Amino acid sequence: MIDLQGYGPRLLEGALVTVELAVLSLILAVILGLLTASAKLSRNRLIHALGTLYTTLVRGVPDLVLMMLLFYGGQIGINMLTDQLYYAFDIDIFINVNAFVAGVITIGLIFGAYMGETFRGAFQAVEEGQMEAARAYGMSPLLAFRHVRFPLMMRHALPGIGNNWMVLLKTTALVSIIGLTDMVRVAAEATKATHEPFMFMIPVAMVYLLIATLSEWGFARLTKRYNTGFGESSEWNN
Amino acid sequence: MEQLSGWFTELLSGNLIFTANTLSFYWDGLVTTVQLVFLCLLLGLVLAVPLAIGRGSKRRWIKLPIYAYTYVFRGTPLLIQLYLVYYGVVFFDGIQDSIFWVVFKQAFFPALIAFTLNTAAYTTEIFHGAIKNTAKGEIEAARAYGMSRKLMMRRIILPSAFRRALPAYGNEVIFMLHASAVASVVTIMDLTGAAYYVYARFYAPFQAFIFVALIYLCLTFSIMFVFRKLEKRLLAHLRPLGG
Repeated sequence: MIDLQGYGPRLLEGALVTVELAVLSLILAVILGLLTASAKLSRNRLIHALGTLYTTLVRGVPDLVLMMLLFYGGQIGINMLTDQLYYAFDIDIFINVNAFVAGVITIGLIFGAYMGETFRGAFQAVEEGQMEAARAYGMSPLLAFRHVRFPLMMRHALPGIGNNWMVLLKTTALVSIIGLTDMVRVAAEATKATHEPFMFMIPVAMVYLLIATLSEWGFARLTKRYNTGFGESSEWNN
Repeated sequence: MEQLSGWFTELLSGNLIFTANTLSFYWDGLVTTVQLVFLCLLLGLVLAVPLAIGRGSKRRWIKLPIYAYTYVFRGTPLLIQLYLVYYGVVFFDGIQDSIFWVVFKQAFFPALIAFTLNTAAYTTEIFHGAIKNTAKGEIEAARAYGMSRKLMMRRIILPSAFRRALPAYGNEVIFMLHASAVASVVTIMDLTGAAYYVYARFYAPFQAFIFVALIYLCLTFSIMFVFRKLEKRLLAHLRPLGG
């Protein structure tokens, strides 16, 4: 067994933080992505412009810069807001930005833009005839969305979601820079204390590879499921 | 010119954060970022071409190590690769006594190595995909002309594959520009490093980071513009008629 010089439990805790962060921000990103895709497909010009502005800005700026902006700026921004509330309405509240919550919101916000592009393409790839058929069967709009448009859309969106998830997973490493104790930060601290970079960084890298390999397998299964009825399964490539 | 500098000084007067001093920080950061990204992309490209050809080889002892390399480097965060090279370089025996220490002492070169290895892995996969998707007819035609494998690779497969890989490679260039922001973690004063310095000095996160975000946005759009032009020129034969 490798000797982690007592850093083992902390590395495990860090790994848990990484996984929690990745999964929670993925959920947020999917919700934001669906909203963005609807905005970009909307006929309302203002909503369409807002969706485009969001995806263009977020995808044009490095993740780390956005993260620093939201993380360091978030607390100041909220303080300014609560100050205004105090002066205007005499409401005295103090909101402390939790590093983990800030991390989830930031990564969710960044990948919401990428997911939005994925979902937009996927929604457009669904044939109109399918929806017409659903309407002809007398399905309500909600039922038609749930049973027809969404599953058909997922078939086209899955490869993109898979890619985004892989990039998201690796992006979570950046939260170690802004002070969240994920496994990269524990490994970096251990490296600085013991001067043994390989002993800590390589196991952490292996954990990332393990998660990536497992999710690749999971996505292959999902792809198979959503490809039901479409003959050969389209290859999922990252 | 004098008028311009006068106008500039007037614009900056009354602004406590964006003085000529901090703007020069941003400028130095811009130069560092562009140098780092350009060099690592260039070196990565040089590495990726033979690797992509080898990746498609029938011989397993060539194919598998390259696959393992791209799998590991694409499956782990760049930040970890950067830490490994940055902290790990001193473990090469005698490097501190050799002439190489002059360059490895600075953070720039470990960062350059980590970025190059990372982008080479992604580029290898992009080129490999493009080579694999070469139209069968092109290869058959080359074979019918009696071309050797080498000649066919040089004259037919690679030029055609590079063109088709262009859109994906453009994305990789933008990805690398954005990924280079982590260089600021290992004491390199790149654009993000400059922004962090300005933030820490004036405690002004909005000004410091929004300004640098705008610079990155301009860089991203310029890269996109160049690649769009290139695609238009080089992929003209693939466009639908009248499109």
